[in-house]
Amino acid sequence: MNFFTLFDLPETLDVDKAKLSATYQILQQLTHPDKFSTGSDQEKRIALQKNSQVNDGYSVLKNPLARAQHLLSLRGVDVKDEQHTMQDTAFLMQQMEWREALEDAQNDEDALWQFHTDVTQTIKSEYSHLSELFNEEADVTILANALRKLTFMYKFQEQVQQHLDKFED
Amino acid sequence: MALLQIAEPGQAAAPHQRKLAVGIDLGTTNSLVATVRSGVSETLADSDGEHLLPSVVHYAQDTTVVGLAAEQVAAQKPKDTIVSVKRFLGRSLADIQATWPNLPYAFVADEDQPNNIQLAVAGKIKTPVEVSSEILQVLKQRAEETLGDELTGAVITVPAYFDDAQRQSTKDAAQLAGLNVLRLLNEPTAAAIAYGLDSGQEGLIAVYDLGGGTFDISILRLHKGVFEVLATGGNSALGGDDFDHAIVDLWSQRWGLTDAANKTYYRELVTLAKATKQTLSAVANVHQECVLGDITYDASLSITEFNAAVQPLVQKTIKACRRSLKDAEVSADEILAVVMVGGSTRVPLVREQVSEFFGRPALTAIDPDKVVAIGAATQADILAGNKPDADMLLLDVLPLSLGLETMGGLVEKVIGRNTTIPVAKAQEFTTFKDGQTAMMVHVLQGERELVEDCRSLAKFTLTGIPPMAAGAAHIRVTFQVDADGLLSVTAMEKSSGVQAEIQVKPSFGLAEEQISSMLKASMTNAKDDMQQRMLKEQQVEAARVLEALNSALQDSGDKLLSPAELTALRDTMQTLEKAAQGTDTQAIKDAIKLVDNASQDFATRRMDFSIQQALAGKTVDTI
Repeated sequence: MNFFTLFDLPETLDVDKAKLSATYQILQQLTHPDKFSTGSDQEKRIALQKNSQVNDGYSVLKNPLARAQHLLSLRGVDVKDEQHTMQDTAFLMQQMEWREALEDAQNDEDALWQFHTDVTQTIKSEYSHLSELFNEEADVTILANALRKLTFMYKFQEQVQQHLDKFED
Repeated sequence: MALLQIAEPGQAAAPHQRKLAVGIDLGTTNSLVATVRSGVSETLADSDGEHLLPSVVHYAQDTTVVGLAAEQVAAQKPKDTIVSVKRFLGRSLADIQATWPNLPYAFVADEDQPNNIQLAVAGKIKTPVEVSSEILQVLKQRAEETLGDELTGAVITVPAYFDDAQRQSTKDAAQLAGLNVLRLLNEPTAAAIAYGLDSGQEGLIAVYDLGGGTFDISILRLHKGVFEVLATGGNSALGGDDFDHAIVDLWSQRWGLTDAANKTYYRELVTLAKATKQTLSAVANVHQECVLGDITYDASLSITEFNAAVQPLVQKTIKACRRSLKDAEVSADEILAVVMVGGSTRVPLVREQVSEFFGRPALTAIDPDKVVAIGAATQADILAGNKPDADMLLLDVLPLSLGLETMGGLVEKVIGRNTTIPVAKAQEFTTFKDGQTAMMVHVLQGERELVEDCRSLAKFTLTGIPPMAAGAAHIRVTFQVDADGLLSVTAMEKSSGVQAEIQVKPSFGLAEEQISSMLKASMTNAKDDMQQRMLKEQQVEAARVLEALNSALQDSGDKLLSPAELTALRDTMQTLEKAAQGTDTQAIKDAIKLVDNASQDFATRRMDFSIQQALAGKTVDTI
């Protein structure tokens, strides 16, 4: 299932969010099972299937990481649930540094916020880099490695967020 | 008697076109039925003019009594009178005994399905689903007598926090009562619809529901027609009944009643307290006396004294509101509207304190006992097709995450809570032993990580996996959640091309055949009726299929089908037309299936085509 086609969007990493949201509204009106509550069983069944795809597609396309994974899977590489060991030594070193830094900062709210800002910034620049790679039709192995790095960063950002949540209570 | 309705030409659908649909609030203490008449959503009364049906069912040797009459015998025959059966829907015996250790009922364990409880009443065995369906049948009958015709369908409300087992049981009860369920709707969402909050507004809504014995608070977010339940909280053992007990305690203290006297006269005292509480919603002082035995007491009460007595109880609900706001990660001043539900929200102190907490007057214009049923009826009217131009669409979210048991008793989430439904998600698993030919699939619902902390919904074994090396088989487990939040699970082995597939229903629910056999059993005296009814149902379905297909073919048959496909489809339709004129129910069923298979591709292409058209139109518009 190509969600970009379903939502009538070009196959690019950056999407027009306003158009995505507007299209979602239209697709809901056309496919929600409630619109077929007086229809035949067949109509209800097809609506249920189609509407499930619409909901799934919307949740994938509005989430930057899930969208990148979907776009790459359309190029034939599925990195979502893979068990893959990175060969990039420089990146592995950076991961270790980040993990150690998080360990040190975990009880310092200001330091955690600073960390969060830094990680968010890095994700942003890596994401636009990946976007360019997609636009340049780069080789899928290059795309896959860039996306694996991003996946790690998103996971790491989540961990920082979890440490920050502790200060909320 | 049904009254004739007079409408201006063009304003209302012709009577024969208008579909009769109802909204049903299947409540813990009381249940109601409502419908839209002449554009107004209103609850329906019984022949005595009562709108509220107490959710009480009494079983005697030969008869079953529901409502007020059952409530009146509850004290004498506690074992055979099921009060507040909603508490038992979709729950296991262990759950129930832990929450309510002192129930007077004789629970029977079902050996085959330990999660399916039963009750022994008056020499019969009944499940909570059957008891609930008795209540629904009375409401269905009331609606059909009032409206003068059979119902097309019903929207049934459920608490927002109900899990899959509880929702499935509610739907089973409705089907058992012979109702066509258009949709299960969350109670707070229904209340918000009754106030028209779905139209044009965006923002956060708090629904404060204080009933006789339960308190619920829900925080909803309304965004582009999507009602999302952000948080629910409350107390399943706090309600208006506690207010009555507080008054009784006050009197006993004042009069110096002994514990023994208190116990002897408790029922009378509670009845008087309830009446006093209700009077104090309108006046500041009640002057009255109370005769117990041969002593007359002064049972006067002022609103000030009453408020002081119930203040700690109201504070408890406000605390729960505060907690729910925190869970939803929002603050009180972000709340756009506060909707009041439940009879106990008539107490002035409750209204004051809730309004004060949220910083805005709570909405109380609609009768708080009826507001949920009224909202459900509004939605039922739309779903029945009486308002073809309505663009209101309620998108619901999954209340609790769904997952599968993995190694070590852990739960792997497959669909997260708050995901917009309907939704389908697949997850792949593999075998962990060489030559493994079977795999256990255990479906769970809940937010916790351990299997034992989540609710077990279904367990089944996928067999016939071709023997392979460990890790070579690919087992794909698919979860499909429909618009009511109900789940079906499919598992399939796909690597070798050999497919094994199984469809399960949650173990709490009833299988389709169980429901129809129970329906049959309840109609043993009217066997012909049953057959007549099944025949009629199939004929109606046949007409519906043919009508839908004919108009579809007229619209786009030439565009989307080749001449050969068109001829093949028309042939099956003719077969169905012929079968529908006969009286062979099975033949009609088979013919429907035939048409269904032949038109599947056409229907899918039509849906895709309509999407393409709509999106193309939009692109032109936006350029």
